[in-house]
Amino acid sequence: MATDTMESPTALLLLGCPQVPVQTSVAIHLCDQLRERGITPVIAGTGAARKLIEVADPKRRYIGEVLDLDACIDAIAGKQRDFDHAFVFIHNDGGVSYAGTLSAISKARLVGIVYGEHAEETAATITFPCETVVAKATHNPMPVVVKLGRVLP
Amino acid sequence: MSCIEQLEYEILLQGASFKESGEYIKKHFSEWYEVEPGYRLFDSYLIGVPPVVLGVEGEDMIFPYTKPCRGTFLLRARGPEEIAKLRARKKKR
Repeated sequence: MATDTMESPTALLLLGCPQVPVQTSVAIHLCDQLRERGITPVIAGTGAARKLIEVADPKRRYIGEVLDLDACIDAIAGKQRDFDHAFVFIHNDGGVSYAGTLSAISKARLVGIVYGEHAEETAATITFPCETVVAKATHNPMPVVVKLGRVLP
Repeated sequence: MSCIEQLEYEILLQGASFKESGEYIKKHFSEWYEVEPGYRLFDSYLIGVPPVVLGVEGEDMIFPYTKPCRGTFLLRARGPEEIAKLRARKKKR
């Protein structure tokens, strides 16, 4: 599998619209947890999602490579790149669509992190193979963080 | 900017879910196809939940276009070459 480094496995964190506040802090927390496990995190997201992450971790102690969302999808679909794990942040129908796309184009172990006011309803629309973490969380990231442990490699 | 955003297109549906967009195509267009997400259309890889439904009417393609913050749009754009490619797959319903 094509990875950034031959030595360590990689994980893609695919960030959607940063409309729900928990996304940024959960993503940085997940990067830390992945690094603790020897896994290199790579973030892909919209422009606003990337800026929130980069400003929150200016010295990149937790995050690493940060990619444009569309460019990342193009690279995976074009078979130029893939990851060992993929965590898709989902709080709306668009997030489900991006997870569905990864289920079709990537060989990564796929996990959907579903949060927001309507997390349960959103998770119910996931009709493709995908592990999920589902928590009704908008401002407080702890309900998501507590459940993340169940799906960490 | 995606290649799709540079097309001349008509928005048929806005604010519908991805699933609803597929159902709309099946209900309103007699010729439709199912493809996998990542299918190459208008030099872009399609985003969506499998299977992705594409419609054909005359020389127009009807297809979903998903943006992370704005959801799914159902678009119509002229695409005779794309239609020929789709028909050549011989996976009509």
